[in-house]
Amino acid sequence: MRLTVNGSAHDVAAPPMARLLDVLREELRLTGTKEGCGEGECGACTVLIDGDPVCSCLVPVAQAEGAEVTTIEGLGGNHPLQRAFAGLGGAQCGICTPGMIMASVALGPRPSLAAIRRGLAGNLCRCTGYEAIYRAVRQGGGDGGGAGEAGRGARRRDARKGT
Amino acid sequence: MSGLILLRPHSLAEALKMLGERGGTAGVGTGDAPGGAGGNDDTLTPIAGCTDLYVALNAGTLAATRFVDLSALDALRRIALRGDVLRVGALATCTALQRSRLVKQRAPILAAAAAEVGGVQIQHRGTIGGNIANASPAGDTLPVLAALEAVVVLRSAGGERRVPLTSFYTGYRATVRRPDELIVAVEIPPADGKQWFRKVGTRAAQAISKVVMAAVRPARGAPRIALGSVAPTVIRLPRTEAYLGGGGSIDEAQRVLQDEIAPIDDLRSTADYRRRVAGNLLAQMWKETEY
Repeated sequence: MRLTVNGSAHDVAAPPMARLLDVLREELRLTGTKEGCGEGECGACTVLIDGDPVCSCLVPVAQAEGAEVTTIEGLGGNHPLQRAFAGLGGAQCGICTPGMIMASVALGPRPSLAAIRRGLAGNLCRCTGYEAIYRAVRQGGGDGGGAGEAGRGARRRDARKGT
Repeated sequence: MSGLILLRPHSLAEALKMLGERGGTAGVGTGDAPGGAGGNDDTLTPIAGCTDLYVALNAGTLAATRFVDLSALDALRRIALRGDVLRVGALATCTALQRSRLVKQRAPILAAAAAEVGGVQIQHRGTIGGNIANASPAGDTLPVLAALEAVVVLRSAGGERRVPLTSFYTGYRATVRRPDELIVAVEIPPADGKQWFRKVGTRAAQAISKVVMAAVRPARGAPRIALGSVAPTVIRLPRTEAYLGGGGSIDEAQRVLQDEIAPIDDLRSTADYRRRVAGNLLAQMWKETEY
């Protein structure tokens, strides 16, 4: 199976029902994506598939074939949201942070507080109390550069999906 | 996961052929629940968003080992009007339901319910067909479909049949779907009246419902009211509906409703709490849908 992750194509040996999460972490060694609950409740394993945030613990790798998968590594380390999470205390223990940031990327630039609350409702954090995370998302997404490539892709697709 | 078999059809015809040949020997009404007793070596379980499937798989409680992936069947994502009927393809995701202008116009409570399923990650993946097939008594879109008198469209290699949503379920996590059949769409007739939906859970996102109610109230005549999480399946409330339709008081209607439901104690709530909240929801619905 061929998987496109962060813009690069990879041939993977995993069986088709393997979790995308496990393929990313164990086969591709992209360990930025974390496993929290393993049942879609916590959002720690959030990655983007064609720009949409999904829980990679609930995705058979076969369904990611032919799609663009973006993980936290794909943001490059100096993304405005990454800088904002680090600078404003949006990350404490760090387990939820990659998932929080990937869900935030999909919000596009200058999200409202209501949009942030809704967009991150599927991501649990047991350290911060969320306020620092919301501040980080507002700052990181505030300069219009917060969306990145994946976010722009998501908006293009939204326009197409309008029924 | 290495012992699991996944078939990947590229068309509906191919999928139906696979189900027809290899749908297996599971009896009628046992094939849908991914964690249920229906899974055995022969059964081919259709999968799409996988949001419930992998919960059972990760927990090690899934019996099924053979799956057919529907995700390439893009024709089943379509949401369109057919005459006066809103036809929602089985692969329409909760996100698609919220974004669809047709759904928002014709069945706003379906868009509202879709917005309260899980979080955005789940909404991007979870499909209406999966919610129907999964047959959870707590499925949030199911009371909406029951109140809207929706019809499940089942197709097999041999043909198509339509089953009203409320007849689709035969018991806890059991349905009339045969192993060779696929849910291809759900059809929603025009709803005459005000639509109302409310989910009660521990929090807005992620929580599974303690009680969930949907209703359609016409200006005259009986309302249509459906509840989730208060019985082994989603239920309509014919006695309560008839009582209110006949001009009965809301206070007495609450007592009729509380007799009509069969909630249980479980890890999410208690029977007493559910009975009281269901009565409260009825009163709230009745007040908020007044003409």
